[in-house]
Amino acid sequence: MVIARKIDDTLPHVPVQRSAARLSLAYVWVAYIAFGLAAVAGMVQGMVRGGIMELPSWTNYYQILTAHGVLMALIFTTYFIVGFIFSGVARTTGGSLHGAALKFGWAGWILMTLGTLMAVVTILMNEASVLYTFYAPLKASPYFYIGSALLVVGSWLAGFGVFASYRKWKRENKGKTSPLFLYMGVTTYILWITATIPVAVEVLFQLIPWSLGLVPTINVMLSRTLFWFFGHPLVYFWLLPAYMAWYVCLPRIIGGHVFSDSLSRLAFICLLLFSIPVGFHHQLMEPGISPAWKMIHVTLTLIVVIPSLMTAFSMFAIFETTGRKKGGVGLFGWFKKLPWTDVRFFAPFVGMLFFIPGGAGGIINASNQINAVVHNTIWVTGHFHITVGAAVALTFFGVSFWLIPALTGRQLTKTANRMGMVQTVFWAVGMFLMSLAMHAMGLQGAPRRTDYTTYMDHPLALGWMDYQRVMAFGGGLLFVSAILLIAILLYLTFYAPKGNTEYPIAETETTQEVPKILERWPVWIGLVAFLIILAYGYPIMQQIQHQAPGSPPFVTW
Amino acid sequence: MHLHRYEKIWLMLGAGGLALFIVLLCVNAFAMGMAPPSNMEMIDPEKVTETPPFDKPGLKQVGDNEYDAYMTAFAFGFAPTKMEIPVGATVNFHVTSPDVIHGFQIPETNINFMVLPGHISSATHTFDEPGEYLILCNEYCGAGHQVMATTIIVK
Repeated sequence: MVIARKIDDTLPHVPVQRSAARLSLAYVWVAYIAFGLAAVAGMVQGMVRGGIMELPSWTNYYQILTAHGVLMALIFTTYFIVGFIFSGVARTTGGSLHGAALKFGWAGWILMTLGTLMAVVTILMNEASVLYTFYAPLKASPYFYIGSALLVVGSWLAGFGVFASYRKWKRENKGKTSPLFLYMGVTTYILWITATIPVAVEVLFQLIPWSLGLVPTINVMLSRTLFWFFGHPLVYFWLLPAYMAWYVCLPRIIGGHVFSDSLSRLAFICLLLFSIPVGFHHQLMEPGISPAWKMIHVTLTLIVVIPSLMTAFSMFAIFETTGRKKGGVGLFGWFKKLPWTDVRFFAPFVGMLFFIPGGAGGIINASNQINAVVHNTIWVTGHFHITVGAAVALTFFGVSFWLIPALTGRQLTKTANRMGMVQTVFWAVGMFLMSLAMHAMGLQGAPRRTDYTTYMDHPLALGWMDYQRVMAFGGGLLFVSAILLIAILLYLTFYAPKGNTEYPIAETETTQEVPKILERWPVWIGLVAFLIILAYGYPIMQQIQHQAPGSPPFVTW
Repeated sequence: MHLHRYEKIWLMLGAGGLALFIVLLCVNAFAMGMAPPSNMEMIDPEKVTETPPFDKPGLKQVGDNEYDAYMTAFAFGFAPTKMEIPVGATVNFHVTSPDVIHGFQIPETNINFMVLPGHISSATHTFDEPGEYLILCNEYCGAGHQVMATTIIVK
């Protein structure tokens, strides 16, 4: 079988050494296997909801929806991020990972893969059709929860690997500022580990004992609070690695420099601080949380606008200065000088464009009165498809086009580049149509996460059908794009001609002073802890002391 | 740390806009009473069907053209199934669940909240236009989630 052919390891010029490259590729490929399966599930969903096809009796819409959500939002993203960060850490710390980092990396991969298999098998057996939010008191098989816990713990081990690399670098380079990529990788994992502790608590101390029947009831409110404590920083865990590619890799691809080393770091610190103590903005429409606490979380959520604006400024500053250096004149002449035919630039750039309406939609979702119009409507689905599904995913695709050949010692050929451009256009058009229909339909009240329905031919619901067909058509384009992507990535892994592909890491143009405080982790971790206690301490205490009567488990599918 | 002049202006505009926006949200929520539905009442989910007034779900007139609607949301329906009110009526919805989490949404109005077992959710709306309003569940609750709906007729 060709797929099983060994990755070539004879080339000397691989920028990331073989042992680290193997680890990274192992993560990236599990990510893309999950992505492929999730893409099939996604297309089927779109067609079912659009009334174009019906599912056979051995499966149901919610089972496929669970598979799509878990594989795309949890498995694809987490694996890709871990793989990408490991490769970049190796690249920026001398080309290899040391023993401890590699061991943590592989141990993490094994745990995560074991967990993934457990979760996927229970979903396939229809014992976990609880969607990727697994809200109690819907009860999945205990193996689903155990699998999820293994996935999280495995990702922590990967994070420890990155921390070990960071400490080693700091020891060997006393007093120096760490490489920007490494710094950002460390920030990402601090965010991730902080964010996943409460969901681990929910799974280990609430869901698993309850689903095994060891305790009769569950505190639903507390489980939701712990889930959303994790659920919002989860989206920043997706976003930060995309930002790493934007801040550090993209400038090099277009032939420019990092705009400002300290501001990039500061943006990451702000994202770390303001992504975690904000979970109630996902719970604005529910009882049992007072409006004052909701408002505190809304305010903290909206402060995230500042690092987002910093990022937008940095990106366009890089684009403009680089374009001008290449001879672009006039107000917008520099724009034409950007490498529009280079998929490594084009795909993330299109992702950035999606992020503009994505961010605006996010402000709408987080605002506590306006949220009543869109809460749990398909608008929300449209929102996270243009943020995660477009901005983040397109950046990951753009990264994969150079990351995979750089790790396998092959070349991104002209043809592969051109196919990548086509794939990007298909993805962008598909996502645009699908999410536009979702946003429009959501404003009219169409719910998210629901099978085909016309609500007994209610005229309002019948009016949604045209949008649902547009949605299904967009989904079809996305599926074609996904197939094309996997074909290109297989080519880049196994068939592309051998050669060197650059692992692009940009540097600042001049030596820049980086304030020492930015690397004093105890300060930042302390601040995160303070904000968490401020935002969650009292409400969680209340939810434990004055809890509603508990809920027994239900299997309603 | 050096900050470019244009970036300073850009961030000041951004921060100013943000501050104004948050102040407006607070005024809306606390001065004008448009806070999200945050009712604190609790109920035993296993005893919903025997706890008044949810043992007999329905409309109760509480004022001049004002009603309390006590409803339950369960897999996969709402009780009561039929409700009729006159045009201009104000309805205070009180909803709870005897089983899993449900959603309660009336498209084309601002009524949209979660129904959690153990809690009673409530929100108020004045129906100024006649018509047959759709009430639907917008939180996944199981295999029949897509059929979970009812209507409220405004004449």
